[in-house]
Amino acid sequence: MSNFPISEIRKDFPILETKINKNDLVYFDNAATTQKPQSVIDSLSNYYKSFNSNIHRGVHQLAEKATEEFESTRETAKSFINASSTNEIIFTRGATEGINLVAASYCKNFLKKGDEIIISEMEHHSNIVPWQMVAKENDLVIKTIKVTGKGELDMEHFKSLLNENTKFVSIVYISNTLGTINPVKELVNISNNAGAKVLVDAAQATSHKNVDVKDLNCDFFVFSAHKMYGPTGVGILYGKEKILEKMPPYMGGGEMIKDVSFEDTTYNTLPYKFEAGTPNIGDVIGFKKAIEYLNDLGRQNIYKYEKEIRDHAWKELKKIDRIKLVGTSDSKIGIFSFYVEGFHYYDLGLFLDAKGIAIRTGHHCTQPLMDKMNLDGTARVSLAMYNTYEEINYFIDELKKIISK
Amino acid sequence: MIIDQIQEEIIDNFNMLDDDIEMSLNYLMELGEGLEPLGDELRIDDNIIKGCQSKVWLSHTFEDNKLIFFGDSNTAITKGLLSLLISVFNNRTPKEILESKLFFINETGLCRFIGTQRSNGLEAMENKFKIIALNSLKNG
Repeated sequence: MSNFPISEIRKDFPILETKINKNDLVYFDNAATTQKPQSVIDSLSNYYKSFNSNIHRGVHQLAEKATEEFESTRETAKSFINASSTNEIIFTRGATEGINLVAASYCKNFLKKGDEIIISEMEHHSNIVPWQMVAKENDLVIKTIKVTGKGELDMEHFKSLLNENTKFVSIVYISNTLGTINPVKELVNISNNAGAKVLVDAAQATSHKNVDVKDLNCDFFVFSAHKMYGPTGVGILYGKEKILEKMPPYMGGGEMIKDVSFEDTTYNTLPYKFEAGTPNIGDVIGFKKAIEYLNDLGRQNIYKYEKEIRDHAWKELKKIDRIKLVGTSDSKIGIFSFYVEGFHYYDLGLFLDAKGIAIRTGHHCTQPLMDKMNLDGTARVSLAMYNTYEEINYFIDELKKIISK
Repeated sequence: MIIDQIQEEIIDNFNMLDDDIEMSLNYLMELGEGLEPLGDELRIDDNIIKGCQSKVWLSHTFEDNKLIFFGDSNTAITKGLLSLLISVFNNRTPKEILESKLFFINETGLCRFIGTQRSNGLEAMENKFKIIALNSLKNG
């Protein structure tokens, strides 16, 4: 076992003290959203108590302070993903909005009839539907990379899909259903050589491993604060500056303009031209604390500890004959989707909840993947850095008791 | 009214479980096991209740102005909930069913145990019983 400061970390997350049906809460639904450390919670309340104010253009001190804190999250996020400039960091409501922005601004304007977009069979609905919408409008073709039985991308199939019409590839970094860590660097390289731009959906990646947009060399990269211990309603779209420069605004309104008259409007510069309206100031400010929390612990250390508990959970789950795991790539994080023969995942979720164990059941917003695997849903356990060996053992014991009912 | 008496009995039974969620789930599972499984010929789209997260089928016969229900679900807990609804509405006239008010779901706290998304499913189930009653009244 590593020297990971697990008991200190758990103390930083007050919700972990909660009792559910007289049992200690065991929170295994981290792929849906993670819990928040005290520093994030304090930051939110401190903002509203001490310096709530609308940002940019204010002359008074509260506005100055709010603007400074808001912009410092942008700076922190830039370093966190190793972007080149804060002009490349656009605040959104979450990963979903980032994808929609790129679909509606980049693809709608730069892709024409017959051009092709490649996604994969393991995408979240958020990385399917925005492309379908723009494809319908512009007569584009969507192609999907096959997923193998182990839950990995079929890279040979991917290569076979590329042709001169391929203009865009949008791919998930880590699958929310399977846990698979995809070889995105290789994927970006192959796509770029074929002349296609690439978006990486990193919603499940940023809390678990180091991410470096320069190293990946992707054109766009999206993630959400709430899946990495930050507040809900905030996300980031990273885009290479020269591409963002060329893209027209996605929404019109305040903040994104330079000059407005009834005859014409000139747009603000990056990153503001994509941030119409008053942003989610308090949550953006709180987000910085979440990034700092991860930086202080070190994502290498987090990755190492999470791998240990992943291995433990995997080993124990494999011992139960009736459990069928979906997604068995060696390259995966602690996300376990499974089903139990003769026991519906829905019943399982309810019985585990009675024991204080929170898991997710259903299709996990990946219906096409479920269809491909001939399943209508699974039970999903998703681990985070505050989960422990003890919690996994308790879960395994209760799981065995429940499925023998 | 018999429908109300049956509901009172259900409430009494759940009160004995002392708000213990696991015991309530076990009890629901047992109740569900008591329902006769539906044959494949009745597990058809016409009998599916929309709005439920899990699959629920409801079929019926109508004789001597009384409705008899047959139901099934692919999940044990939902099947238990369905069996409670069937016990409330079985052997009643369409008029009795249409005039009834379901209060046992709230009073047993079943909606609290089962959650909001799923109590919408319960509502869909109740509606299906009432639609069957209404159609029987029109056709009967």
